[in-house]
Amino acid sequence: MSASPSPYLTQESEYNLSEDVVTKITEMAASFPEKNSALIPALHLIQDQFGWVPPPTIKQLAQLLKTTPNKIYGVLTFYTMFNLKPVGKYHIQICRNVSCSLLGAKHIIDYLTKKLHIQVGETTADGKFTLTLVECLGACGMAPVMMINDKYYENLDEKKVDQILKTLK
Amino acid sequence: MANQNILLNFDRNGANHTLENYLKRKGYSTLSEKIPNMKPEQVLDEVKKSGIRGRGGAGFPAGIKWSFLPKDSDKPVYLICNGDEGEPGTFKDRVILEENPHMLIEGMILAAYAINAKHCYIYIRGEYGFALQRVQQAVDEAYRAGYLGKKLTGANYSCDITVHKGAGAYVVGDETGLMNSIEGKKGQTRNKPPFPAVEGLYQCPTIINNVETLASVPWIIDHGGAAYHSIGTEKSSGTKLLSISGHVRKPGVYEVDLGYPFMDFLNKDCGGVIGNRKLKAVIPGGSSTPVLRPEDCEKITIDYESIAEAGSSLGSGAILIIAEGSCMVKTLEVLTHFYHHESCGQCTPCREGTGWLHKIVKRIEAGQGKMEDLDLLTSITKHIAFHTICPLGDAACGPVDSFVKKFKDEFIEHIKTGGCPFGGKFVRFQERV
Repeated sequence: MSASPSPYLTQESEYNLSEDVVTKITEMAASFPEKNSALIPALHLIQDQFGWVPPPTIKQLAQLLKTTPNKIYGVLTFYTMFNLKPVGKYHIQICRNVSCSLLGAKHIIDYLTKKLHIQVGETTADGKFTLTLVECLGACGMAPVMMINDKYYENLDEKKVDQILKTLK
Repeated sequence: MANQNILLNFDRNGANHTLENYLKRKGYSTLSEKIPNMKPEQVLDEVKKSGIRGRGGAGFPAGIKWSFLPKDSDKPVYLICNGDEGEPGTFKDRVILEENPHMLIEGMILAAYAINAKHCYIYIRGEYGFALQRVQQAVDEAYRAGYLGKKLTGANYSCDITVHKGAGAYVVGDETGLMNSIEGKKGQTRNKPPFPAVEGLYQCPTIINNVETLASVPWIIDHGGAAYHSIGTEKSSGTKLLSISGHVRKPGVYEVDLGYPFMDFLNKDCGGVIGNRKLKAVIPGGSSTPVLRPEDCEKITIDYESIAEAGSSLGSGAILIIAEGSCMVKTLEVLTHFYHHESCGQCTPCREGTGWLHKIVKRIEAGQGKMEDLDLLTSITKHIAFHTICPLGDAACGPVDSFVKKFKDEFIEHIKTGGCPFGGKFVRFQERV
């Protein structure tokens, strides 16, 4: 088991929504027929601020949207794009679905685990890279494909992976 | 036979996403020239006449869907564009969203006019960051030019569009799952009835269509429903975007007239199978559609009826090509993992069953399968399909049943030899175009 404390035990003051995020969420909530429609866009904003969705922010969000933390937590855990724990500076998400598999996704996954010395789901010790497997990214014609943060990298092979990693400082 | 370019009417290497470029292609002319002389019912009639069927996968005629809206409701009507393209193998809507977003916006404005919707949502899957950016830019441009907002340029009605970013869930591609997602809930699907046309987004009458369907509307209204209906076949009218991937020499997105011969498309347009290998299997309409053997594909044409007759479905138009030398059990293992991962957990048969399917296929691939497993797989699918709220359960069964039926020998070989004859790997192809 990991020795790091559960995020639930972290001091809330470390994770305050920025003023900008609060303003945007409030505006969005007012723009929909129902406030709750702003929930998913709001979670995206929170993730943009912290790189993940820290549990203490859920309480703050619940107050803004007049809902309960439990309801938010249900939504948060339903969607795969929200990170429930911190990820590295570069979040590498490799497609493991059919078109990518047919064209060597497994090979790219193995290559990256070896190169970064981490298993799938782990983050490098320096906090730079996190490796995750994802389902179809909708770029099947350019398989194999991975996404790093919000950018797609297509037609991958080992050489290309090397080049891409070199550009990520 | 020359295929028409209705949706891909631009140079694929240029900057086509701007308003300026779209106007050069006579964009928004349908809105500013035809609509002032047309009543909403006439727009609806043309779409009905065109016979266009929903391009998301189910193939339900769009005009008929629109006519399900209650006539006597005093609630607002919503229009949603489903851009949650998640069906494995599908990447055709992405081309419209990224390269031709104004055509989609014009289509939505026209559709909104026909069904009297004042507010529209474009829901785009969260992974499509670039598409989201392009569509938002296009929406902003359209507002500035007066095509969106109060009292539209050239027309006497108002229309607003909100772009909504998804967050990663295949099941949200289902109509009611998507509505729940816009409402800020888990993207689980709703029981029908009530159908969305009666009670959809925010419990109001709602029409939801795929990106490609809505982007076809400007052409249909401009040229007339009859002109659109004259393209393609009697029951499958118009053009269709196909996204072809897998072991094919020239993968990508193509637009063809429905009724186009499949083998011509594969060999002439897409350059055939890579590595000069023999064709082993084709999944013709996205991962949920039953797999076909090469001999099933010889005579099929790309339209709803012909592929249905061959025992599969045109689905979203996502064609997956699998070459000789690939392990079908491994391929099915990848697919069953996907459905298990994406099952939303709402209905027991799907939540439990997709996991069992994956476990069994995985053990066959690992050489630990038993002969009884083949019957077990088909008995599980019998208990999932049509016993769930949404079609995800059915979707998971299509590949399993068809793979086991059409490639039974390969499954048996895995079981009898206690291992994967292909070494548990996919072929690696060096040759790429």
